[in-house]
Amino acid sequence: MKKRNAASMALVLALTLVLGVLGTGCGATTQEKREVNVYNWGEYIDTDVLTQFEKETGIKVNYKTYPTNEALYSSLKSGGVSYDVIIPSDYMISRMIQEDMLDKIDFKNVPNADKVDEVYRNPEYDPTGEYSVPYMWGTVGIIYDTKVVTEPVTSWSILFNEKYSGKILMFDNSRDAIGIALKYLGYSYNTTDKDQIKEAVDLLVQQKPLVQAYVMDQIFEKLTGGEAAIGPYYAGDAVTMMEENPDLAFCLPSEGSNIFVDAMCIPKGAANKEEAEEFINFMCRGDISAANCQVTGYSTPIGEAYDLLPEDMRDNTVMYPDKETLAKCETYTNLPQDILDFYDEEWVRLMTD
Amino acid sequence: MKARYISVPYVIWMALFVIAPLILVVIFAFTSEAGGFTLEHFARMSRYVGIFANSLFLALVATAICFAAGYPVAYILARKESVFRRVGMLLIMLPMWMNFLLRTYAWMSLLEDNGLINRFLTFLGLPGISVINTDGAVVIGMVYNFLPFMILPIFSVIEKIDRRTIEAAQDLGANSLVVFRRIIFPLSLPGVLSGITMVFVPSVSTFVISRLLGGGKTLLLGDLIEMQFFGNAYNPYLGSAISLVMMVIVMVSIAIMNRFGEGEEGAMLL
Amino acid sequence: MIRKQAESIASSIARRVSGAFGNVYTGLIFFFLYAPIAVLIIFSFNASKSRTIWAGFTLDWYIKLFQDSGIMDAFGTTILVSVLAAAISTVAGTVAAVGLQNLRRRPRSILMAVNNIPITNADIITGVSLMLLFVSAGKLMGFTLGFGTLLMAHITFDLPYVILSVTPKLRQLDKHTFEAAQDLGATPFQAFRKVILPEIRPGVVNGLIIAFTMSIDDFVISYFTAGSRVETLAMAIYSMTRKRINPEINALSTILFVSVLTLLIIVNVRQARQERLAEAAMLKPPEEEV
Repeated sequence: MKKRNAASMALVLALTLVLGVLGTGCGATTQEKREVNVYNWGEYIDTDVLTQFEKETGIKVNYKTYPTNEALYSSLKSGGVSYDVIIPSDYMISRMIQEDMLDKIDFKNVPNADKVDEVYRNPEYDPTGEYSVPYMWGTVGIIYDTKVVTEPVTSWSILFNEKYSGKILMFDNSRDAIGIALKYLGYSYNTTDKDQIKEAVDLLVQQKPLVQAYVMDQIFEKLTGGEAAIGPYYAGDAVTMMEENPDLAFCLPSEGSNIFVDAMCIPKGAANKEEAEEFINFMCRGDISAANCQVTGYSTPIGEAYDLLPEDMRDNTVMYPDKETLAKCETYTNLPQDILDFYDEEWVRLMTD
Repeated sequence: MKARYISVPYVIWMALFVIAPLILVVIFAFTSEAGGFTLEHFARMSRYVGIFANSLFLALVATAICFAAGYPVAYILARKESVFRRVGMLLIMLPMWMNFLLRTYAWMSLLEDNGLINRFLTFLGLPGISVINTDGAVVIGMVYNFLPFMILPIFSVIEKIDRRTIEAAQDLGANSLVVFRRIIFPLSLPGVLSGITMVFVPSVSTFVISRLLGGGKTLLLGDLIEMQFFGNAYNPYLGSAISLVMMVIVMVSIAIMNRFGEGEEGAMLL
Repeated sequence: MIRKQAESIASSIARRVSGAFGNVYTGLIFFFLYAPIAVLIIFSFNASKSRTIWAGFTLDWYIKLFQDSGIMDAFGTTILVSVLAAAISTVAGTVAAVGLQNLRRRPRSILMAVNNIPITNADIITGVSLMLLFVSAGKLMGFTLGFGTLLMAHITFDLPYVILSVTPKLRQLDKHTFEAAQDLGATPFQAFRKVILPEIRPGVVNGLIIAFTMSIDDFVISYFTAGSRVETLAMAIYSMTRKRINPEINALSTILFVSVLTLLIIVNVRQARQERLAEAAMLKPPEEEV
């Protein structure tokens, strides 16, 4: 009996060892290699670009993703991690600069940063332009299934329409979700008036019974697969979803919406700063940025890349809305700590209702 | 034997990696963001009463269902011939070799409004079910994931019950119901208690199942804790305080429960 | 007399019905346990990426899987950490269990209580507390979370299972055999290897299997302790569940699952055959608890 046990155990171990060696063998990791640890949003890159970077520079990319700006902030704050490149959004960048979480980028090593359009230089969130290099930009709008929603969609109100109960998706992060309610009520995204925020969350509490699920990237499957019919999300991802399911449409609500820039930064204490700068420089190359745009559907801040895009993308008003529409959009700014705490508190109230 | 000292490395290891981390949790729970001593995090706890209540309730429901569904299986299998017994046990443990996140995700495919179960029901001309993104789906996920932890300990105690005890009772005129009520069930109690612990604890602290099957609509304790470390509301001090309160609640309930039984948990885990 | 006969017939029918009912019931529970697994396996052959709509048969995911360095890396990490953690904790745990056996009652029961903490505590608390430790220690000593901390965490939650599985076997052991062996001139190590180890081997093997399974299956503790550079398969799957699961993962899980299943079938068929032979020879081997 014992012998048999030992034999079976040996078999299990042998099998797993073989599979393991296979696994690590295919991964081909050698210790001496230069590496760069990249932490990016989910579904926010053309993964072939990473392979190309590895091939051209010999630097190994350890690539991980996060679902929200706040999750990125938390995992950096929690400590014990070391990333070399992160891609937060505007308001999070200004928070990180304030809290001394970012390293200045040595632009000598990032010559391609010059390719970034003038409009995106020295932005409000990084006034001196020393900490960030824009990666992509976009807007937030409503994506809906035209087979279910046959009426014209022009306003955030559709997300609160009882007719679509159980078919509505909502953002699973407080800033975007509460932001929508604020805009719908006619307030600013960046209000520090607690009564306005409370009113917005009350609206979300009312909306909750109509909501099928609070999601981030899960929205891809739920909308393209027809599980849900309406949801707010980022314009770039809308483009990707509409490619997959032609029944989907996108609307930038008339009340106005959010316009954001996500930019590449180097967190304090990055172990591979040189490699990080090389990576950022690579991402600014026209052909690379264009490749990323084509896969993600987001909009590029690099003119050279824009010119390389296929015509239907350049003319796509979801990706590149006209100036009038953009004028109605508002950026997020960093909120003071007490308002951030209030957001958390109110979000918990919504979740436990 | 003089071999006592060979356990020293183990003792040091456990002190470093089991005791010290828990002490750190306690320290963090009483530390303010500025670094001083505070009770503020516990004062804030009242805000989370709803989450505590909901988590405990869902975990209790899941545990009750696991017990009701799992006990008969353990009982039936334990009384089969040895070949069936072994195969049965292997079949119950085997799913653990497929990642639980994937299996839970597969439940999403099954339960969705356009999911496989509903497709099948529509195919039969029956009305569909709408379970996904509700507390019901979360409970299904808990029961699914933790049912084996209920069956295994109960099985291993019933299996060890001396058959002669049962035969003796039968010879003395006890019918099968009496045998079960007076002999088998009381003797299986340690397994039941261990099973309840092993289902309740992971259920009350899960953050994956609620997220995948609950559609992010219900925040459970696990979600709340995870949120303070890697999620949308960074506050490790508050997270530690919530962990501490949860740990105390769980330990007290286990202690109370074990008062009723022999309390020989652990020994029949697997 | 007739009544008694009728009663016994009734009860035997009842038993048979309840037996049949029991089998059906057990079958249903197994159906419940295996339905999602069947779904995963079936859809690993699906020609499209959809999780619910069948678009034809393909083996593409199985081919792509081996070219996907991300998944293969994660799989390699999982296997490596599980094998190392299980092996280390089995050796260390067995030695420790022997030592614990020789302690006086009081310290032993305290240590057993500590031993049970990682088992009864919620995974998320074990994970969070270890993360706090590693991060604090890392700040002092200048290291970050990575494979090392992941491995330490795994050893920490594997060890108690090894102790729990070895200790009962040690208790059954005659205390004096070890001393007797030493009296006969064996060194303590020889005595351990030649006298104790053969007796407790089933417990050690069982502990090894449990430890390995626990490590393979773990997500929560790894999630908190692995840091930024390493990723286990479970962590990779978790970040995928936030968008969509790559069917390559289904393919990999199917391969793993089928391998383990095949292995178990082979071992058990052999075991059953040998048992039947033994029974035929009226030499039923003593029952062994595993």
